[in-house]
Amino acid sequence: MSLSLSLTINGAARDIPLDDPRVTLLDLLRERLALPGTKKGCDRGQCGACTVLIDGHRVNACLTLAATLDGAKITTIEGLADGESLHPVQSAFIEHDGFQCGYCTPGQIMSAVGLIAEGQAGDDPERIREGMSGNICRCSAYHGITLAVQDATRRMATAEKDDAA
Amino acid sequence: MKLFDFIQPATIDEALSAWRPGAAWLGGGTNLVDLMKTGAMQPDAVIDITRLPGLDRIETLPDGSTRIGALVRNATLAHDRDFAAAYPMVAEALLSGASGQLRNVATVAGNLLQKTRCPFFQEPAALCNRRDPGAGCDAMAAPGNSAILGWSDACIATNPSDFTVPLVALEAVAEVRGPQGMREIAVADLQPLPGSTPERDTALEPGELILALRLPARARSFAAHARYLKVRERTSFAFALASAAAALRIEGGLIAEARLALGAVAAKPWRLAEAEAMMTGKAPDAALFAEVAEAVLAMANSPDGQKWKIDLARNTAARALSMAAAGTPARIPALPASPFGTRIEDPQHV
Repeated sequence: MSLSLSLTINGAARDIPLDDPRVTLLDLLRERLALPGTKKGCDRGQCGACTVLIDGHRVNACLTLAATLDGAKITTIEGLADGESLHPVQSAFIEHDGFQCGYCTPGQIMSAVGLIAEGQAGDDPERIREGMSGNICRCSAYHGITLAVQDATRRMATAEKDDAA
Repeated sequence: MKLFDFIQPATIDEALSAWRPGAAWLGGGTNLVDLMKTGAMQPDAVIDITRLPGLDRIETLPDGSTRIGALVRNATLAHDRDFAAAYPMVAEALLSGASGQLRNVATVAGNLLQKTRCPFFQEPAALCNRRDPGAGCDAMAAPGNSAILGWSDACIATNPSDFTVPLVALEAVAEVRGPQGMREIAVADLQPLPGSTPERDTALEPGELILALRLPARARSFAAHARYLKVRERTSFAFALASAAAALRIEGGLIAEARLALGAVAAKPWRLAEAEAMMTGKAPDAALFAEVAEAVLAMANSPDGQKWKIDLARNTAARALSMAAAGTPARIPALPASPFGTRIEDPQHV
């Protein structure tokens, strides 16, 4: 079986031949496109380490068959920073110690970016914790993660206001 | 994962004619792809229906009913302001299920058709009549979070969907199309009880496809007093041990009409008309709700004789009714459907 995909990955258009419909987006990124920033934890949608954005929405890349994605825009952790300048969520994770070993961090950050864009949690810590429950941190850095998401939410809202002014 | 033919039809007609025995419809894939990885499901063909046109709309029909396209994502429906205002316990149930990532992908029709989370069904090395008819049931020796109503010697699995529970309480129907044309199935009839054929876990015939769900206009009349309560092992991202969708239409201080469906207690949401009727014309009151909960669970028994789940389901039902009587919060609580929380918009929090 031969399938061909057109994807925009981190802003770059790519044509990707696919010889097997079983390939998940996670394996496509890591094994075939040299983008290993997206992590494989459980591979069953339970840990969130593989979280990426598809057309702006956070999803588990491990449960998404690549063959279904023709035409999609994918954003991974590699596509978040603007050159040397970190995304506000990335900076906030560093400032608030939102990680320890770091393995779940790309997924945490992508999930936080998605959550903030959804606009349902605001800076309410309880809504942030609920909204981030699809991302497991085995080091249990949850307190720092919540503070980081809260801080980034506020900073991004302020930046948006400044942009509008 | 077993290799499969991947088929991407462009129209509903193409999809229906592409179906063949051994094929599986692929919506969001959050359940199917997972089960294909464990080997619990091994379709020969996967038909990707996510590109079928016209199935992603939420519409209000002229008669006031709401039609939800099969491919509407769980998150989209739950966050639709008009929908959540009209059917708050449906939105709350949706937001109490899975994670943000999964809700962004999972479709409403797929939610209804998801497989049981019985661990013995998911593990191909275990014996399971539902997965492998006639094989036996390993769950029977270690029932855990099993059914306490409507189970059989062949299967004690529960239906894991939160969404289905308020849909059954509100008498939603599924619009289905298949080789024989269109038909409608009450969501309450979509999941058969196991009996001696637990492998028949849906009332859909082979090759049939859900195109939409419809909530009747009358279901809006409960909006002011409707809650979903879900008790689980952790507050978020966990399946229910027991849940209840409770809705009351209160007029002049009395209950004009009541709806109650329980989740995680059977292979389908459990609704008992006699128990609902006990509330008609009465004032909302904790003692009444305790009697109603007692009545709903009167026939319950667990495969291992344990009482904890029956007690939990009874308390969950009574508390959900009390929460509904207290009124639908203006905004869905920070911890949807949870008995916990510190939010002032949750009037039940002590």
